[in-house]
Amino acid sequence: MSDIALTPNAFEAHHGGHEHEHHDADHKPGFFARWFMSTNHKDIGTLYLIFAITAGIIGGAISGLMRAELMHPGIQYLGYWANTLNHIRGGGDVNMDQARHLWNVLVTAHGLIMVFFMVMPAMIGGFGNWFVPLMIGAPDMAFPRMNNISFWLLIPSFTLLLASPFFGGADGGAGTGWTVYAPLSTQEAGPSVDMAILSLHLAGASSILGAINFITTIFNMRAPGMTLHKMPLFVWSVLVTAFLLLLALPVLAAAITMLLTDRNFGTTFFQAEGGGDPILYQHLFWFFGHPEVYIMILPGFGMISQIIATFSKKPVFGYLGMAYAMVAIGVVGFIVWAHHMFTTGLSVNTKMYFTAATMVIAVPTGIKIFSWIATMWGGSLSFKTPMVWAMGFIFMFTVGGVTGVVLANGGVDDYMQDTYYVVAHFHYVLSLGAVFSLFAGFYYWFPKMSGRMYNELLGHLHFWVFFIGVNVLFFPMHFLGLQGMPRRYPDYPNAFEYFNKFATIGYMIMAVGMAIFFINLIWSLIAGKKAPDNPWGEGATTLEWTLSSPPPFHQFETLPVIDGGDSHHH
Amino acid sequence: MRFTVVKTAMLAAGLMLAGAGQAAPQAPTAPPPATAATPAAPTTAAPAATTAAASGAKATPAAATPAANDPLLSMDGAPPMKPVAGIGQPVDGEIGLQPQVTKNGERAAWFHNGPLLWTITIISAFVLALLLWVIVRYNRRANPVPSKTAHNTMIEVVWTLLPVVILVLLAIPSIGLLQAQFAPPPKNAITLKVTGNQWYWTYSYPDNGGFEITANLLKEKDEVGRGERARTDDDGPRLLAVDNRVVLPVGVPIRLITTSADVIHSWAMPAFWIKLDAVPGRLNETSFTIEKPGVYFGQCSELCGPKHAYMPIAVEAVPLDLYNKWVVAKGGKVAGAADPAAAPAAANASAPADANAAAPADNMTAPDNAAAGNSTGQ
Repeated sequence: MSDIALTPNAFEAHHGGHEHEHHDADHKPGFFARWFMSTNHKDIGTLYLIFAITAGIIGGAISGLMRAELMHPGIQYLGYWANTLNHIRGGGDVNMDQARHLWNVLVTAHGLIMVFFMVMPAMIGGFGNWFVPLMIGAPDMAFPRMNNISFWLLIPSFTLLLASPFFGGADGGAGTGWTVYAPLSTQEAGPSVDMAILSLHLAGASSILGAINFITTIFNMRAPGMTLHKMPLFVWSVLVTAFLLLLALPVLAAAITMLLTDRNFGTTFFQAEGGGDPILYQHLFWFFGHPEVYIMILPGFGMISQIIATFSKKPVFGYLGMAYAMVAIGVVGFIVWAHHMFTTGLSVNTKMYFTAATMVIAVPTGIKIFSWIATMWGGSLSFKTPMVWAMGFIFMFTVGGVTGVVLANGGVDDYMQDTYYVVAHFHYVLSLGAVFSLFAGFYYWFPKMSGRMYNELLGHLHFWVFFIGVNVLFFPMHFLGLQGMPRRYPDYPNAFEYFNKFATIGYMIMAVGMAIFFINLIWSLIAGKKAPDNPWGEGATTLEWTLSSPPPFHQFETLPVIDGGDSHHH
Repeated sequence: MRFTVVKTAMLAAGLMLAGAGQAAPQAPTAPPPATAATPAAPTTAAPAATTAAASGAKATPAAATPAANDPLLSMDGAPPMKPVAGIGQPVDGEIGLQPQVTKNGERAAWFHNGPLLWTITIISAFVLALLLWVIVRYNRRANPVPSKTAHNTMIEVVWTLLPVVILVLLAIPSIGLLQAQFAPPPKNAITLKVTGNQWYWTYSYPDNGGFEITANLLKEKDEVGRGERARTDDDGPRLLAVDNRVVLPVGVPIRLITTSADVIHSWAMPAFWIKLDAVPGRLNETSFTIEKPGVYFGQCSELCGPKHAYMPIAVEAVPLDLYNKWVVAKGGKVAGAADPAAAPAAANASAPADANAAAPADNMTAPDNAAAGNSTGQ
């Protein structure tokens, strides 16, 4: 992007002696020290990506179980799965209600895994760690050891969540939904819900430490000449996300700590019989939860901006508007939370306010969509795999966004609340929004991270199969929701069968797409062509493309100087 | 603000209920399978319901406890009013909203199917068209030399303000809809108090003497125990049919009050455009008027434990005179009519609690209290 006024050549001019530094820069510690005691932002980024892919496989497999069960009305496999699980626990066969409880456990696990252990680690931990220092010309993150603990907190966190269904006997497992609403969550006996809560505590601590690290790094470690208004938009997106994390997660921590004491120490924060209020929990949860959905999508916005600019061979259109649209989304994202609670008995004035405030978010979001299109307008587009994913993102995120405008209307939402319409909406913005941006970013930066090119044909094939699959999977859910099908049901009236069957077939198509992705990934890591420093040509203007692929173990020991002022008019 | 607050439970109401709500949660298990309130008195059979499509002619084998004095039940205990496909229940393969039978429902459905659906479809199509255009016109071969344009203040102002205008145009009917939904019910409204339980619903009629009925899912033939009534198609579709339908009059405003005895549930009726959470320790209130007789189905819409999917909701909407007969048969009182006969002897301990609960709810409709409700009810 010309906004940072930087070209590879300009960079080279300021950065002599690049070659002979490589020896020292590439001195790596031994295997254990490198991967288990890592302080290197790129290695930690790689660890986060491996973690996220692993979690994604588990979370995706759970959704496969759910789609299998939901393909036809009636209970198909749930009893069998619940028996198997209970045999692992050392118990006997379970009753029907315990099998149905397993359904809620699956729903909960899928949500928590995808949010906390797939999307967040991939976007912020993975790509954020890898590319924020590279893009701002910094040698590493500000607090490398804190960076390490941020990652390693996720391991016990994920372990607690995955282990939770194996405790508590035949009724074990947290079946509360990812929202962990009281008093259902305070009613469920056994250690499972406590384990899930502690898991969230650890994941939250990990994210807060990471957020502090990113804010410090971005504010203090930018290369000379890189003002905030010259930062690449991906860095902007991570900066805004880090602030959201910093402000939102402590509220979640407080809410689930109160849950924990309600469960174990006799407090009644959320128990009506003790003067507490179940709705208070929902306010606290969604005060975190709504910024959380922007935490999951903003880094994606940043990646899409980089990719669209690169493959259009044009600077991002309306750079400042793009940056401040993200700031606006972040700010407004904190004052719309109760649109998740339209049916809880809010007053008319409250509903009107949250309706109006929620609609406001469509404005900065629209600015982003139109600016991406304007970036392509007049460009010279090459449809490499990352670009195809990015363009798919723009359309699918638009579809998910406009159903958000429908749901924003408090009076309309009474019908859709807790139906499959909502499920369709948030999977369009997450599974087709956030996940598309993750794939776009992964293909875009894969050559830089691995030093090898991915296979372009398989990349395109992955896109098209996945694109068809997820649309067949999630679009019919709008229809199910409009016909009234509630969420989180293991069984449904027969009149919902047609589109449920559709959705399950869509899942199968999507799964084929994922198989293509993994084939491409493994093949490319082993036998992919060697990647040049900058495989994308003149459109790729950010600093990471000035480095070798993969970059040296330590980069920018001599800071690059960003050449200011030539091409901008801000 | 002149918008009166009726839906939110006031603090006062919440406190009143805290007493009522606490009494209940101790017994979340073993819902009674049949009508709880009135012991079936072996009196003369009530005249067959006038709206009954099928009278008691066919004797189904489903053994049940026929409440002989219930005008809405034929001799064999099967409900006389048959659900109609496509009304008040989902239809396989259908892609739109369920048909609405309340004024506010029709209004909301119009707003959704009209302005909202058109707007979002046009915007999505517009974005898709722009994407296709840049693919065709600005690909590498068609446009080898990219422009360097990165700013255009005019167009940026346009794509900021135009969405604002569109959103304001959408917000106007949206706010109007909310106002209509929150309009306080008139004095003659009939109150239905709904209590969510794991995993069944109890309904009481505080304006009709406070009698109570309990609605459980009707199981399938191969699932029922001995002597239990199995679902028939006249009861309704699988997972939607219940043993005791909520009976409500057509054309009379209904004041709906929800609360819960254990965890949060949500009383949802798509055909009425009504969904209201049932929260322990709180009274939530809304209102609606059913325009057409019929049987309408809904399902619990807040995750409430293992049997969340197994506590459906069924409303049977009948003409007022039939409703009144039903109320009397249930041992309740009809408004205005002095009937000493049906004193609800068995109207158990819940009656005083209901009376308590109903009182502040009534107050909520008074404009004087609206401000208080607004400031304290959150």
